[in-house]
Amino acid sequence: MFKLKYDDFLTYDESSGTYSMSAEQRVRDETERNSWKTVGFTVLKDWRLYLMLVPMIVVYVLWRYMPMTELLGAFKDYSTFGNNGDTALMNWYGFNNFIEIFTGYNAQFFWPAFRNTFIIAFYNLLFGFPAPIILALFFNEVKSNVTRSVVQVLVYLPKFLSTVIVTSIALLLVSGKSEFGDMGALSRLFAAIAPNNEALQAALNGGLFNSAAYFRAMYVFTDLWEHAGYDSIVFFAAVIAVSPTSYEAAQMDGAGKMAQMRYVVIPSILSTVVIMLIMKIGGLLSVGYEKVYLLLSTGNESASQIVATLANSWNDGKGIAAEMTNNLIGMILVIGSNIVARKAANVSLY
Amino acid sequence: MKRKMEVSELIFKIIAYVVLIVFALMCLYPLVYVLAGAFSSSDAVLNNQIVLWPVIGTTGGYTIGLTIDAFKWAFTYNMFWISYANTLFVTFIGTIWCLVYSLLGAYALSKKRLLGRHGFNFFLVFTMWFSAGIVPTFQNYKATGEILAGLVGGSAMGDIDLKWLIVIAMGMNATNIILLRNTFEGVPQEIEEAARIDGATEMQILTKVYIPMSKATIATVALFFGISRWNGYFWAYKVTQEGGQSYSWPIQVLIRDIIENETDITGKYNADNDHLFETQGQAVSVLYSFIILSIIPILIIYPFIQKYFAKGVNMGGVKE
Repeated sequence: MFKLKYDDFLTYDESSGTYSMSAEQRVRDETERNSWKTVGFTVLKDWRLYLMLVPMIVVYVLWRYMPMTELLGAFKDYSTFGNNGDTALMNWYGFNNFIEIFTGYNAQFFWPAFRNTFIIAFYNLLFGFPAPIILALFFNEVKSNVTRSVVQVLVYLPKFLSTVIVTSIALLLVSGKSEFGDMGALSRLFAAIAPNNEALQAALNGGLFNSAAYFRAMYVFTDLWEHAGYDSIVFFAAVIAVSPTSYEAAQMDGAGKMAQMRYVVIPSILSTVVIMLIMKIGGLLSVGYEKVYLLLSTGNESASQIVATLANSWNDGKGIAAEMTNNLIGMILVIGSNIVARKAANVSLY
Repeated sequence: MKRKMEVSELIFKIIAYVVLIVFALMCLYPLVYVLAGAFSSSDAVLNNQIVLWPVIGTTGGYTIGLTIDAFKWAFTYNMFWISYANTLFVTFIGTIWCLVYSLLGAYALSKKRLLGRHGFNFFLVFTMWFSAGIVPTFQNYKATGEILAGLVGGSAMGDIDLKWLIVIAMGMNATNIILLRNTFEGVPQEIEEAARIDGATEMQILTKVYIPMSKATIATVALFFGISRWNGYFWAYKVTQEGGQSYSWPIQVLIRDIIENETDITGKYNADNDHLFETQGQAVSVLYSFIILSIIPILIIYPFIQKYFAKGVNMGGVKE
């Protein structure tokens, strides 16, 4: 092993019996001391490149990082100034906002909202994750390019409609019976399918979205309608990337269609599936609040109120504390899933 | 020699076709329904007579037929034109603004020689992991609005044209920047070096080399930005509500306002308020025509860009 000798950096003076710094070491020290100049010089020479970063940094600092300074409001007492007061002037409140929402009076609103966030997210994962994979496998069966393209164009489309339009159409299709009008077109279909289900009939009469019992199902269904087609792009790309020779080899070995699916296609897309699953779990708690906000009504509140909409309606220190709790757990999930992805599949998502 | 099809394969194929066709029809049906509703008479709309075809007539005598009453009402309604123009403005200027800083930033981030590259990447990615939340973000927009108002001699948020706040302060998307960065990293180094030897500046390298070589991704990202601008509702609503500026409403806010205040579908209807429309049926048929009119631009752009985004998403997506 390489060993540093003292004469590399010291010179022994025999007459006085002392050590002094060698000339080489002096040069080395000088270079090291001046290295920042070299770095600084390259940065200066490259100033255009750094200037290009500035607009993006400014935008992100102003409207993504500055809001985080408002998180201090979670530790402030809003009672003195009200919701529209200046947070900077308010008294420090310690963790009282958190204690209030976890165990105090507002716990009766916070915990159900937290539970709803989890349940909606879980159902969305349970049904929303396999659907695009199944679609991708089915796309692979359609050998006619024209048919496949037409179907793909149609199923990608809902992704590009706004939440306002999706919720408006959904609300209208399952609207309830009013004093002058009949139910929405889909409600009439459901009513005809299950004429003896009294709970369903009552829910249909009052508008399907207004019933707490059917809210989650409707939410997950509309989410599936919006995203399943578009999300299948990634999986379909993985399916068509399977080399034709793999199929031929499997056929030679006497594998039928189902065996090919089992032993060729599924193993090939498995890594994509695992990555997407981990990503989905990471984003579990970021339930689309815009859609929930647009669908929220007094009738379905017990099933639909999520932490974000609850915070929006409180609009004070308690709200900030509630959302912060939710988002911190969300962040832990994202970072955790990223670590798992790195360990399991040796891919980094970011 | 053609292999004989097994029974299981045949069944699987039939299931695949059936499921895909049913799902495609399900994706299409709501649009057909809205289109039929927009061309139906308001009485037919009020009584929910529409299933697949436009229906005209009044109570008792409904027949299949067309009427353009809803569009007539829509076009004579001032707010429609104002909010449509607002949406066009926000989409065009907003998309250009987002693209400009995203392209510049993504280009700089794609350079290995950029000092503190990992730090800048983390700065960007962190916003995907953790967001401050609705209440702090709203307070931030309010503060921004007040500062901007101060610059033009006002004090409250409503003193400035809030369209500009919507344009500059909203619609950020870190995923899009990372998509662009990954694509830029894939551009061959040699071409850039050749351009540099020919005396190209940094900006020229970006505009003459990188942008032409990443057209698919840039088209995809522009589409994503544009669509999110066109569809943006929540923050535009919150900000214009706070500033009391209904003349800055985008079309989405107007659509929601009609369904919320002119019909009893969301349960927030108040019969005692003043109403724009004579009947709820009229309100809903105008709503259908608004939905159609607001989807048309997306439907026009969509086929052109559809072939790009399938490619772009796959290229920039997961890095292995």
